[in-house]
Amino acid sequence: MKVLVCASKVPDTTAKIAVGADKKSIDSKGIKFILNPYDEFAIEEGIRIKEKSGGDVTVITVGDDSSQEILRTALAMGCDTAIHIKTNSSPDSYQVAENLAAVAKNLKPDLIIMGRQSIDFDSLQVPSITAELLDIPSVSVVVNLTIDGNKVTAEREVEGGKEVVSLNLPCLISAQKGLNEPRYPKLPDIMKAKKKPIEEVAFIDSGKSVEVLEIHLPDKKRVGKIVGDSDAEISEVVKMLHEDSKVI
Amino acid sequence: MGKILVLLESNKETLKRSSLELITAANNLAKVNASKVAGIFFGNAENIKSIVSQYGLEEVISISHPLLANHSSTAYSKVIEQIAKAEGADIVLFSANATGLELAPRVATKLGAGYIADCTGLQYSNGELIITKPIYAGKALTTNKILKPIKVLSLRPNVFTAVKSDVAVSTSVKEFTPQISDADFGAKVLETKLNEGKLDVSEADIVISGGRGLKGPENYYLLDNLAAILGGAIGSSRANVDAGWRPHSEQVGQTGKTVSPSLYIAVAISGAVQHLAGMSSSKVIVAINKDKDAPIFKVADYGIVGDIFEVLPKFTEKVKAIKG
Repeated sequence: MKVLVCASKVPDTTAKIAVGADKKSIDSKGIKFILNPYDEFAIEEGIRIKEKSGGDVTVITVGDDSSQEILRTALAMGCDTAIHIKTNSSPDSYQVAENLAAVAKNLKPDLIIMGRQSIDFDSLQVPSITAELLDIPSVSVVVNLTIDGNKVTAEREVEGGKEVVSLNLPCLISAQKGLNEPRYPKLPDIMKAKKKPIEEVAFIDSGKSVEVLEIHLPDKKRVGKIVGDSDAEISEVVKMLHEDSKVI
Repeated sequence: MGKILVLLESNKETLKRSSLELITAANNLAKVNASKVAGIFFGNAENIKSIVSQYGLEEVISISHPLLANHSSTAYSKVIEQIAKAEGADIVLFSANATGLELAPRVATKLGAGYIADCTGLQYSNGELIITKPIYAGKALTTNKILKPIKVLSLRPNVFTAVKSDVAVSTSVKEFTPQISDADFGAKVLETKLNEGKLDVSEADIVISGGRGLKGPENYYLLDNLAAILGGAIGSSRANVDAGWRPHSEQVGQTGKTVSPSLYIAVAISGAVQHLAGMSSSKVIVAINKDKDAPIFKVADYGIVGDIFEVLPKFTEKVKAIKG
């Protein structure tokens, strides 16, 4: 089976976000970038499928030269080849999907796996748009995947439970935490990954559909009343929640 | 102006609250741009007519096709595309929940529309729709405009308030017959397994979350007691999920769920950056923690510094006294 997994470079979850000088981007100074945590589940699942039933796994990303680092991580985990769609611009989600779909059209993978969302823009839209552009079925937020010949059964997380979805290859899956336990690459594999080739592909720019006007930090005003643990103080908080905030 | 369509989702016999929120949001937009609003409902719309009329929805387009009995993202998105084209819609609204987040990007792509996910603010400024969307799980907010004539949006549940209209309107129901065949069911839901009686953190109006300071999964009963009185859902910090104490579906934070309940009670949660990101848009935040310097107190409206094993039972008793 031919599997294509998609990876994205994002700020570490512990990163504090500051707005850049142009007010349309974030200040990347001092921010550590990592492989998107949800993409780790996608990569791991692709590798497990290969280990079980053969085939190969290609990892792909859209981004500037620094994105090659996450491709190396994916190669070290066990992907066979990597494709880098190069751009120094900040494409919107549709443009990312459009470029992934363009490569997938040539590559013709049986299965495409992505993380459920990148933890920067949190839009959960690249998987569905890519699948739509390729005219293949997809399932988002998958926690359990079974492939039997051509038949795929995916369990996805929904509010308050799970949905069991049936579909056929070729298809696209977006991975949720819980799908598997991603492996840590071993040192020899990291060394070997450095020698694996990364194919570079030009970014197709067909224009944005969404324009970011401004980025700002939330300015939620909080009451900020902090009290001790005496009976009277606890009563006071409960009373304020009831009478002032009216939430209980 | 064109038409605003909203996807209405049922919840057993009634509508999901997030669908009512979409109706109010659409009606507010329609006041500005003089559009008409219609709901799209898969199923028998007679059941929901009375509730949507209270929220001022004048038209429901219903689809009751035998093939559509089970949900299918491929088929449902095609039907919504057909309705949007037939109605000349220029705005289509979804809830940013499991269903909406999967359907909306497909519908937007079919319509050649621009799409923004998980919006928390909509506002017209000089005739232009300005859309607020949180990024980095709420660590920052963006304002955006869509550069395409058709706009598809998914709205974050619990953020837009559903408001009943002063006078109930009379709601007309129009049956739509979609052009679909078996070939459109590329992905099909076979079964839905719901955790009976459990409220999901992302949909709950009150969330009570536990952190590492609970010392073990056996102590979640303290949270359960309070949740039972308040009708709240249980959430967890990443540490507790990673330790295997609680399921990932409960995790609040950047690699879990982003929640915006009316009341968020953080019990023994110190407040790591990635946790704060997932809950800081809650309307009222209460923190109970023994460490007075815990970062959670910086975002809290009300904080109680003390041992949760002593404070929480007392807190619960006092809430119980108020709730009768």
